[in-house]
Amino acid sequence: MTRPIRFLLTALILAIPLSLLAGQVWISPFSPPVPNATAILMELRLPRAVLALTLGAGLGAAGAAMQGYLRNPLADPGLFGIAPAAALGAVLSFYTGYAAQGITLPLFALIGAGGAMGLLALIAGRAGGIALFTLAGMMVASLAGALTSLAISLSPNPFALSEIVTWLMGALADRGWAEVRLAAPLTFVGLVVLWRAAPALDALALGEAAARSLGVDPARLLWLMVAAIGLIVGSGVAVAGMIGFVGLMVPHMVRPFTDQRPSSTLLPSALAGALLLLLADCLCRIMPLKGGELRLGISLSLAGAPFFLRLLLKMRREIA
Amino acid sequence: MLEAHGITIPQRLHDVTAQLHPGRVTAICGPNGAGKSTLLATLAGLAIPASGTVTLTGQLLAELPPENRARRIGYLPQAGEVAWNLSVRTLVGLGRLPHRTGSVENARIVAEVLAALDLEPLADRPLSTLSGGERARTLLARVLATQPQWILADEPLAALDLAHQRNLAHSFRTLARAGRGVVLVVHDLALAMNHADHVIVLDQGKVAAQGKPEDALSEAVIAKVWNLKSRWLGEPGHRALAL
Repeated sequence: MTRPIRFLLTALILAIPLSLLAGQVWISPFSPPVPNATAILMELRLPRAVLALTLGAGLGAAGAAMQGYLRNPLADPGLFGIAPAAALGAVLSFYTGYAAQGITLPLFALIGAGGAMGLLALIAGRAGGIALFTLAGMMVASLAGALTSLAISLSPNPFALSEIVTWLMGALADRGWAEVRLAAPLTFVGLVVLWRAAPALDALALGEAAARSLGVDPARLLWLMVAAIGLIVGSGVAVAGMIGFVGLMVPHMVRPFTDQRPSSTLLPSALAGALLLLLADCLCRIMPLKGGELRLGISLSLAGAPFFLRLLLKMRREIA
Repeated sequence: MLEAHGITIPQRLHDVTAQLHPGRVTAICGPNGAGKSTLLATLAGLAIPASGTVTLTGQLLAELPPENRARRIGYLPQAGEVAWNLSVRTLVGLGRLPHRTGSVENARIVAEVLAALDLEPLADRPLSTLSGGERARTLLARVLATQPQWILADEPLAALDLAHQRNLAHSFRTLARAGRGVVLVVHDLALAMNHADHVIVLDQGKVAAQGKPEDALSEAVIAKVWNLKSRWLGEPGHRALAL
């Protein structure tokens, strides 16, 4: 086990109990007992922590894989357009009023993610290269974004409008074991697929021709990536809305502590993503805010945008 | 033996037939756009001909599983791009990807290759700190770490100074003497004349000449293919081309 992995595991072991105790109502083992503490822990905070760990691990690893696949440190799992398409599916469930019926909202989001994957397949085809696929992903993202805006503008009532806008901000508030049961298996399968793709991602560091000469089948790798990113991002958006920047930031944080191969950044990125989302969600919970708690998607974007800017400036300095 | 039989790729190669033998350095020469890189990529199984076949010891290359082909043919592309700032040792280790050997065996083979190309002192240096010559040797070491029977390299000597060109050309000859087949795309005709055992000259996608360097790169062939009047000077093995 390498040093960054040991460090991240230790940090997670410390952060998980802290996240269970932290919130509007602090539960401290050294203070007088809090009424309904068991229910708060088991029904509210534990599923929320498990969901943060699951989504964070998925998004972190997906970001590392996407950066390896596109050989670009600015790549993000959102580039395939799967997240906006999943969000469009969810928005349509609000628009049509089906969102209130249990599993329908995540189901619509997963259908949106699946639709994006199908559209990518139609546009890029079997022989589509990385550049064509990325452009197809950007087109899907743009189309899904436009349709989402259309759904918002044609929102049937102010309540639906408010629900859509709030949901799009991304959050883990009020999520329970049902969301964990939906997202965890899909994310796990996505992570396994990424793990299988890891050697091919390493070969791709040498360029597409050299990777093929090392036995990489580009079409198979492309479909492994779409399947993995689709499962991870689609299930994440389905249960928590839009949560950006994790996949972009986390691989950069861990890469200096690895040998820089995409395969060796996958596991640290998954652990760091889990840690980041857990801590960010804790912060959202304990931060006093009038009218509720800070949305997780907003807090990560507030942290992510300056990070992205710093990255761009650093790259500009290196090029100059 | 690596053989191309009547290979045609529209607008690039026309009915190219060539036999490449292990134990030899074969140079592919020709003017820009002659189809040198396309022929090399086809021989490596990376470009699919519209007609014709490539066989490796009698087996159709197109029918070999990709990992099997990768273990037998090492390919060094012209653009030596590497996406991440890997260390020399890590980059060379990528050559072991087609093999399913364990990490101990992989580390042993990587150490051997690093030693063979005098890269041991640089093993832990990141790529961004290497000179052009060191980088070229590192990229070749990555191919050698696969331990392929065939080494196909696209202009591996370009952008190197004279001393590094000579050293790397010597490395290729040593590999061929050890029984490997080495196929190089070379622009410098003097390097091909002095360091190759066999030369294929391409012109507009067709084989213009092939054979021993002194025949395939004769002054008459150079006049016909490159449209240049030239004269070879010096002794065999130390030839220079005067224009």
